[in-house]
Amino acid sequence: MYEIASIFLLLAMSLTMIRFLKGPTLSDRVVAFDVLGIMALSLLVLLALYFKRSIYLDIALVLGAIGFLGTTIFGRYIEKGI
Amino acid sequence: MTFFGFVFIFLGLTAFIISSIGLLRMPDLYTRIHAGAKSPTMATLLIIVGSIFLEPSWAPKLILLAVFVLATNPLSSSVIARASHKVDTPYINTNNIDELKDFKEEEK
Repeated sequence: MYEIASIFLLLAMSLTMIRFLKGPTLSDRVVAFDVLGIMALSLLVLLALYFKRSIYLDIALVLGAIGFLGTTIFGRYIEKGI
Repeated sequence: MTFFGFVFIFLGLTAFIISSIGLLRMPDLYTRIHAGAKSPTMATLLIIVGSIFLEPSWAPKLILLAVFVLATNPLSSSVIARASHKVDTPYINTNNIDELKDFKEEEK
């Protein structure tokens, strides 16, 4: 059951990856990157359920923090440059 | 218990797939932000609720994760939308209304 769920999530991630590679402007790519980070967080929750190890949830929390930081810094870069 | 957990997880995955189709098919940047901000948040919350049904002893960590996602994800989408509007990203404007025009002139 977890395998089917992971395959569905990987399908959604590959559809988002098309927008990440294609996106006409920088902001499109940043939005796609943000969504990819959230999907990776959910995939880590599914992996924690599959392997029965709660340490993956800590990794998911850190991944969410880093992804939020990256998106915010990209927003500042779009607005003002380096 | 297990049944309800998997029902919530598959509802969340459906929301993720709908969100990625929206990211592919929406016509301009702001509608893509609309597709990429709301439904992934809801999908992550549904997957976390399903995980609480499947493993009730992990509930504190999962609730912390849910609160974190609910706080940061709309914020980052708002940051991208504001920055893109400030640098004049092109968008489809059918009725010629720009509510943020005064704000942009003030900043200059």
